[in-house]
Amino acid sequence: MAEIDESQAQREAIEVDRSKGDFKYEENYAFDAGVGLTPATIDYIAKVKGEEGWIREFRQKSLKIFQDQPMPTHWATADLENIKFEDIRYYLSKGQKPVRTWEEVPDDVKKTFERLGIPESERKFLAGVEAQFDSEAVYSRMKEELEKLGVIFCGPTEGLRDHPEIFRKWFGKVIPAGDNKFAALNSAVFSGGSFIYIPKGVKVAQPLQAYFRINAENFGQFERTLIIADEGSEVTYMEGCTAPKFETATLHSAVVELVALKGAKIQYITVQNWSANVFNLVTKRGVAEEDAEVRWIDCNIGSRLTMKYPGVVLRGKRARGEVLSIALANDGQHQDTGAKMIHAADDTTSNIIAKSISVGEGRSTYRGLVHIPKTLSNCRNNTECDALLINEHSRTDTYPAISVRGRKNSVQHEASVSKVSAEQIFYMMQRGLSEGEAMSLAVNGFVNDLVKEFPMEYSVELKRLIELQMEGSVG
Amino acid sequence: MPDSLVIKNLNASIGDRPILKDFSLTVPKGEVHAIMGPNGTGKSTLSKVLAGHPDYTVQSGEAFIDGEQIIGLEPDVIARAGLFLAFQYPSEIPGVTIANFIRAAIVARQAKGAPFDAKAYYNELYAKMDALKMDRKFTSRFVNEGFSGGEKKRCEILQLMMLKPKYAVLDETDSGLDIDALRIVSEGVNAMRGPDTGFLVITHYQRLLDYIVPDRVHIMWDGRIVHSGGKELALELEEKGYDWVKQDLAKA
Ligand SMILES: Nc1ncnc2c1ncn2[C@@H]1O[C@H](COP(=O)(O)OP(=O)(O)OP(=O)(O)O)[C@@H](O)[C@H]1O
Ligand SMILES: [Mg+2]
Repeated sequence: MAEIDESQAQREAIEVDRSKGDFKYEENYAFDAGVGLTPATIDYIAKVKGEEGWIREFRQKSLKIFQDQPMPTHWATADLENIKFEDIRYYLSKGQKPVRTWEEVPDDVKKTFERLGIPESERKFLAGVEAQFDSEAVYSRMKEELEKLGVIFCGPTEGLRDHPEIFRKWFGKVIPAGDNKFAALNSAVFSGGSFIYIPKGVKVAQPLQAYFRINAENFGQFERTLIIADEGSEVTYMEGCTAPKFETATLHSAVVELVALKGAKIQYITVQNWSANVFNLVTKRGVAEEDAEVRWIDCNIGSRLTMKYPGVVLRGKRARGEVLSIALANDGQHQDTGAKMIHAADDTTSNIIAKSISVGEGRSTYRGLVHIPKTLSNCRNNTECDALLINEHSRTDTYPAISVRGRKNSVQHEASVSKVSAEQIFYMMQRGLSEGEAMSLAVNGFVNDLVKEFPMEYSVELKRLIELQMEGSVG
Repeated sequence: MPDSLVIKNLNASIGDRPILKDFSLTVPKGEVHAIMGPNGTGKSTLSKVLAGHPDYTVQSGEAFIDGEQIIGLEPDVIARAGLFLAFQYPSEIPGVTIANFIRAAIVARQAKGAPFDAKAYYNELYAKMDALKMDRKFTSRFVNEGFSGGEKKRCEILQLMMLKPKYAVLDETDSGLDIDALRIVSEGVNAMRGPDTGFLVITHYQRLLDYIVPDRVHIMWDGRIVHSGGKELALELEEKGYDWVKQDLAKA
């Protein structure tokens, strides 16, 4: 068992603390799919979950797609070649069913989430919490009044079992298995994640939160999230993730599908703080019907390589899509992030604001895709991507792909690259700030206008994560 | 000397070019010393070397704040030891408001984890801004971003007044100030004069010294002090120009 630094364990109020991710507990799993990926691995997972019929077929078909598709190294980094799929463990669980009180959660697992501050946040500002440990949720609970209103908040296994008619209607529709190699991988071996349904007109005021924790080495976490907001409903969902620092690479590959029906609003917030050897390859997309709104707030602080481009398909008139993203690439990290906006109806609007920070040898890449066909009219996109470089070795690249046709549509694109100069650091240090404090102040200044859009609890947390990163980055 | 800023035989260079040449000076607490000298003699270099700027190399010499040696320390350690530099050309810090910046500087001086009294802080900040005739809107402006030359200098003095250092080096704080601002800023500095603070005021013009009346005036030439006197020296310099110093030096 890793040692726990007591001074670190002292938490401040209402902070879901992902900075304290570097500790782990003994591994004693009742269900272990072993190492490597074959059709038998899929059968094992399906069997443990008691799955039959179409979903088993879906998994096996997806495995085939995954195996047939090449690594996308013709456009993405060659670092992907370093993932050893044959050495990864694809399913690990203690055989637990998600319980509804923290007392019932096994001790070591409970300690993990207590150290991360989850139960405390739940009491203070959340409408519901789900906590996943490796492959399965250990805890899942939502406020009773929401349950009475018909809100569903569970994992995909329970979603498929208890609400098959809603589940099957939407599952894999926004992101089909063949979307990309990693979406196919997730479709084959997915386990855990959230299944959420918000009935017509229900506005969930407080956020629902999921917390993903990797505890085991050489493990792959493949959670799958599907959120359906029925007509006129509203929901905010937040996810956080951490893992201990392992010697070897670990894989996290999730798929998140959002469906905002007529007039619904979904806000999806991520604060990712994986440790520095996690490959984080995630596919996220939402569909917004008439007058609906999908908003992604995506903060990527940790990981070795993150590839993630949240997207919105604007399928109904007057639909709105937004991606606000912050990526911080420290030494040895590559944040390859961006956004996709697919306009598919008149009068749709989309907004992308992406800010990246590269520190030391860190590298950040922005990839954007905005598509407005010429058959549409009165569509608008605004894209803004700003990069901040903290010293001469850090690197940033921007690949905005904007295909906007038709005279009745408009697009606005701004990009900037700025540097924190040695003179600025000296100026701040002359006022008494340490080098780390000076850098984090500069970084916080850079992301400030964007962070203001975030719910308060999350802006506080993000600010602290940035401080930790910057302090760690000075010698 | 315990209650002084003492600079002893300082030799410093940028690249391989020597700028400070056996520079020595003592500013006792409670006094205001002025340094005047032609462009490029090394006045700003002196201020940056004292503040620990990494671009300059110190070959030899020492500097003390109340007996504590500061050469070789990190800039933030020197700042917290009690040296404040009002920059000739202050940097802009985009996205960081003046209020947050000064707050961070104060917190950096407190014991780790000590509580911060936000109410008292804002009261003091507003009072000092009023004294400097700065609009309160400035608290939410980003540090020096888009400021006029004069506004930047006022912002430097505001920080000086909030941080209350033991010694302050003001590098051409008068340049860029209009007549009214010059008076207001000088009043701010004068209000801080007292037994606990020493000032080193770098300027080209006698005019500033009409407002901030110095105890001593030093003339700097080619990296060192070549002439020292009382406040009349500044008047003499204004009248005769630097040629007179040059001739004097030639004679010596
Ligand atoms: N970073 C630098 N790189 C190269 N030369 C420098 C640098 N900093 C200072 N110098 C040179 O050192 C000399 C002294 O400069 P310094 O700024 O100290 O002069 P000063 O006395 O403050 O002049 P002024 O009255 O114009 O402000 C000048 O010749 C200047 O060009
Ligand atoms: Mg100068």
